[in-house]
Amino acid sequence: MIDWALIAESWPLYLNGLKVSLILMAISVSASFLLSVPLAIARVSRNPWLSKPVFLYTYVIRGTPLLVQLYMIYFGLAQFEWLRESIAWPLFRNAWFCAWLAFALNSTAYTTEILAGALRQTPSGELEAARSLGMSTATIYARILLPSAIRRALPQYGNELVMVMHATSIASAVTIVELTRTARDVYYNHLAPFEAFGLVAVFYFVITFALVGLVKLLEGRFLRHLRPMSVPSKAA
Amino acid sequence: MFLHGYFPAILEGLRSTLLISATSLSIACLFGLIGAGAKLSGSRLAGLAADAYTTLIRGLPELVLLLLIFYGGQIMVNALADRAGLGYFDINPFLAGTLTLGFIFGAYLTETFRGAILAIPRGQMEAGKAYGMTRGQILRRIILPQMVRHAIPGFTNNWLVMIKATALLSIIGLDDMVHRANLASAATRAPFTFYATIAGLYLAVTTISILLLGWLERRFSLGVRKVEF
Repeated sequence: MIDWALIAESWPLYLNGLKVSLILMAISVSASFLLSVPLAIARVSRNPWLSKPVFLYTYVIRGTPLLVQLYMIYFGLAQFEWLRESIAWPLFRNAWFCAWLAFALNSTAYTTEILAGALRQTPSGELEAARSLGMSTATIYARILLPSAIRRALPQYGNELVMVMHATSIASAVTIVELTRTARDVYYNHLAPFEAFGLVAVFYFVITFALVGLVKLLEGRFLRHLRPMSVPSKAA
Repeated sequence: MFLHGYFPAILEGLRSTLLISATSLSIACLFGLIGAGAKLSGSRLAGLAADAYTTLIRGLPELVLLLLIFYGGQIMVNALADRAGLGYFDINPFLAGTLTLGFIFGAYLTETFRGAILAIPRGQMEAGKAYGMTRGQILRRIILPQMVRHAIPGFTNNWLVMIKATALLSIIGLDDMVHRANLASAATRAPFTFYATIAGLYLAVTTISILLLGWLERRFSLGVRKVEF
């Protein structure tokens, strides 16, 4: 049956893998969020010179597998001699940098579309009110459009966070010893697939539901005004 | 020479990727229909089992499920074969890979199909019953044709995600497009060329899928009036 001794023995390895997975996720998600806010604004712009390139970017990224994108960056770029001779080469030779770049660029495409969708749902009255108060476009984005769009995007953004968490498992294909690589190593050393992958499944399951719970909490806090009203209060 | 002469090999890989995707999709539809049926059956046990299935699958990365089912299944089948006094079985990676992907995406399709069935007004099924139709007739003539229409958007999404997920099968040794690109890269030292080529092919497949399924959705929605603002 289950080899508990093996699980106890490899537990520290898994904890280390967990740390690596979480760091990978955190740096990818922060970069993609920062990138996707300006890209989403460009995506909903009426100027086709702004919106079309962003559409092309998100379309290409969303239409190709993340694994292939990662391979293109990590294995592929070595093909170009000018890059190998440039000062940026130590970065592109580094698996961490390549994985971060691939995950951040990939997640940026999805997050941009989520944010752009939320921006388009802005009630037109809010925009008109802001304009009638004489706000500049920058002020309108900073005070009206973005705060409410980011709130509306929360449920979908929560899904995206879970997707990025799951996507970090692909980093195991480029020598990064995160959770999945740890499990694969334990499997190869002991040929115990249920212990090795079962344990890592428990880890991912817990993180996934922690993320889902966290987003639920944020939704309760930031989307309070959109909750369906249950009973009209009698106190009023 | 075009792609160092590896173009036919890559195309062969594309064929294999498409075959894997189509097979996995059929299996996923089967699991999805069973799952949706279980969730809507009203039976507590079936509902709980289907809930456990969809929650578990959606809480885990595809790669981890793939490794767990592929390597775990291998050991389990061989343990069973050993007990039955049969020899060692080498599991066919194509079979194991497509079954696993089908099982995973069946969970996502369960939700899509469930939503699609719930979107059909109850009155229509009651009307069918009032006309004396059998359950099978109601399913065939009323539910399924309309379910297709409601399911297409979710179905399209799942199909696109699944095509891209087949790339992961190269990690467990399936001879798909990514695997072909790996081999060609190693032989020619032109990895970017090959990965960019297959990326373009994936993009072509997803683009054609979007166009075809969009056309299908319009076709199944003939006679449905759109809300006009």
